[in-house]
Amino acid sequence: MNKNTLGIFGLLVAIFAITALLNDKFISAYNMQNLIKWSSLYAVMSIGVAFVIITGGIDLSIGSVVGLVAVVLAYQLKVKGIDPGQAIITTMCMSLLIGLIHGLLITKAKIQPFVVTLCGLLIYRSLGRWLTDNQSLGPVPLEDDKGYANIDTINSLDQIFSGKIAITDSFNLPTPALFLLALGIAAALFLNRTIWGRYLFALGNNEDGARYSGINTDNMKIIAYVICSFMAGIAGILFAFELDSVQPAQTGEFYELYAIAAAVLGGCSLRGGVGSILGVVIAAAVIRLIYNSINMLGISTHLEFGILGIVILLGVMADEFLKRYSAQRAAAKQKES
Amino acid sequence: MAEARTPLLEVRGLCKQFPGVRALHEVALELHQGEVLALIGENGAGKSTLMKILAGVQPADSGEYLIESEPVRFQNVRDAMAAGVALIHQELNLAANLDLAANIFLGREPNQFGFFQNKNIHNEAAKFLKRVGLDLPTDTLVGNLPIGKQQLVEIAKALSCDARVLIMDEPTSSLSQTETETLFEVVHDLRRQGISIIYISHRLGEVKELADRVTVFRDGENAGDLAKDEISHDAMVRLMVGRDLSEFYDRQIHSPGKVVLDVEQIRTPEHPNTEVSLKIHAGEIVGIAGLVGAGRTELLQTLFGVTPALGGTIRMNGELIRPQSPRDAIAAGMALAPEDRKLHGLVLPMTVRENASLASLKRDQNKGLLNFPAEEAVAEEAVEQLQIKTPHLEQVTRFLSGGNQQKIVLGKWLALTPQLLMLDEPTRGIDVGAKREIYRLMEKLAGEGMAILFVSSEMEEVLGMADRALVMHEGRIAGELARNELSEQAIMQLATGTPLAA
Repeated sequence: MNKNTLGIFGLLVAIFAITALLNDKFISAYNMQNLIKWSSLYAVMSIGVAFVIITGGIDLSIGSVVGLVAVVLAYQLKVKGIDPGQAIITTMCMSLLIGLIHGLLITKAKIQPFVVTLCGLLIYRSLGRWLTDNQSLGPVPLEDDKGYANIDTINSLDQIFSGKIAITDSFNLPTPALFLLALGIAAALFLNRTIWGRYLFALGNNEDGARYSGINTDNMKIIAYVICSFMAGIAGILFAFELDSVQPAQTGEFYELYAIAAAVLGGCSLRGGVGSILGVVIAAAVIRLIYNSINMLGISTHLEFGILGIVILLGVMADEFLKRYSAQRAAAKQKES
Repeated sequence: MAEARTPLLEVRGLCKQFPGVRALHEVALELHQGEVLALIGENGAGKSTLMKILAGVQPADSGEYLIESEPVRFQNVRDAMAAGVALIHQELNLAANLDLAANIFLGREPNQFGFFQNKNIHNEAAKFLKRVGLDLPTDTLVGNLPIGKQQLVEIAKALSCDARVLIMDEPTSSLSQTETETLFEVVHDLRRQGISIIYISHRLGEVKELADRVTVFRDGENAGDLAKDEISHDAMVRLMVGRDLSEFYDRQIHSPGKVVLDVEQIRTPEHPNTEVSLKIHAGEIVGIAGLVGAGRTELLQTLFGVTPALGGTIRMNGELIRPQSPRDAIAAGMALAPEDRKLHGLVLPMTVRENASLASLKRDQNKGLLNFPAEEAVAEEAVEQLQIKTPHLEQVTRFLSGGNQQKIVLGKWLALTPQLLMLDEPTRGIDVGAKREIYRLMEKLAGEGMAILFVSSEMEEVLGMADRALVMHEGRIAGELARNELSEQAIMQLATGTPLAA
């Protein structure tokens, strides 16, 4: 664990401890289950955007991709009655395609990532609203709803994507945590153990330097955007099953900002070239924890955004000062020798 | 004589340290009124650092800086200008979209409550332009002027700030022969007007022609001074390299082997209307000389696939290749140590290990997984073979000296055993010790049959290292000189577009 990850982990523990001390309902099985579930959902998106941020790019379309995937999935299941397995594959292909288009526009047409994904944010959001005529709909039938084909398959998929695994009598582990575990390990392995991960860090630090060393930087960047949209797609499916009703205008709104915030708080630099999956996952948990604590401690929910903003700002500032301090010490050491 | 008077500008015991590099150590310099002092030294000798300190761009760590015997301490360029010291940069700092008058008074526009008082500045500007021999309408846009004239505008601008000391950093590095001659006349004129000039140049011929005195730097220290009548090519070189040239450039001529690189009529995007053809043999060291902007770097970049060729053919070992990216060129057996190490050669925030292995990761991979032992071995081999001075393999390359950084770039390529090694300004910003090691390495690699193509703006380097030199001028190869034909004069003539006298 590097210093940054250690720092963010300390922050997690501190907020956790304070809230636990001030409100004994905080460590209830129910609250913990919820916290783990929502942290996992956020962390999956955040891992995706971390890849893009490591390349020095940005993806603003994540929330809209989450929304569109959830809407399209619900639409296929409820309105079209398509085979659920097939529906999931279609939506995943759609998110991969979105990432591919982003990557191609950024590397081949040389449009800035901010612009490409900002337009994506607008386009995917409106596509979802148009497809459903802006009507809310759920992928999973409510008890009295008979309007679904393949009810059995849908229910078993619901168990997979939004189920619970009994650990003790009172505590059940939400299945999204398992998705996070698998995806997080895969992402960390990719970044730290494969040549492509190394290439991503290299090009994020110095794209020309990487290119001059024979790395196909365009392809690597495209891969990063594909991974990002893929993770947003997975998050979209998880959210769809989690929510009783997907709202085309709202589901996933602003999620890109949470994901970016988690990535930055977790140690990614928007200048590129730096980042750790574990840090990002912990940071996503911190963000959810802050929400939960605000509720638990009876602080006005109108202050949610403000507190979140201040914590992220302080975290990033602390990191920056620490970095400067250690750079100065390294330089001083250099001078002595 | 001049020696008896108090110097106009004097520094004593100046020191400056950068992370990992001792840029200046106990440096002294004197400049008298109306004197042209040439400051020479190899790349990395500390000339530029001293100039920046003199002109207030950066402060010294310690030492004295006196102007007319008064100690001064400049916080910024403005302070230096106020004291009459102006730096004429290698890269000109003019606003291309503004006219001459506006450029000369940029930042000092006569104004009332922020509104331009436009009337006088054209008359005033004309006065200063005249002093540098520029007779142009003052409403000419600077962007429309050739580079040589822009430089004169820059000088006029300095004069308009009452500069008494002009520091010129390689002013002729991108000028044509006529422009160079005009500049020399201006320098002579300014001297007559009592302006003192510190003239930095790599061209010893120029120095001989212009300088009243020469101060030589080597490795951040004073290496010696030469009075007017002592200035000679040999004396300058001896002081610059600190030993006889033959010992420094230890070359054995290898009988060249088969043709490794065969280029026919390629056109680079930078000079789309000129064609370049050349051949490099195994075991041969070929230098490319020429002025800045002659298309040398662009040629290497095109060969390496950075900026793909517009036409023509490139053959490696007889096989036709079309490098569209460095990846293609590397696959064909090429390597390039680029001119800008920090931007193109290394990934500075990464470690010695990560940089040294970056090009060979793919070869050593284990189904996409990093092969850590192989990676370590590549880095260790580089450190050992090239004697890279680093505390450990996990050192971030940003903190290493220029020489060690360059060695890491070379180590990265040697791990792939390329057949053609291209070096763009291989020793820029490198201390003399590391420089010598890089020359030895080039010699050793050529001896083992590698073909080496290098671009250099340092005359001595081309004269000392090349078996053969290609001189470029405006995108084409103006001439080729065999080792026994190599001379500074011949290179300069070809580089400035003058055909060689038969």
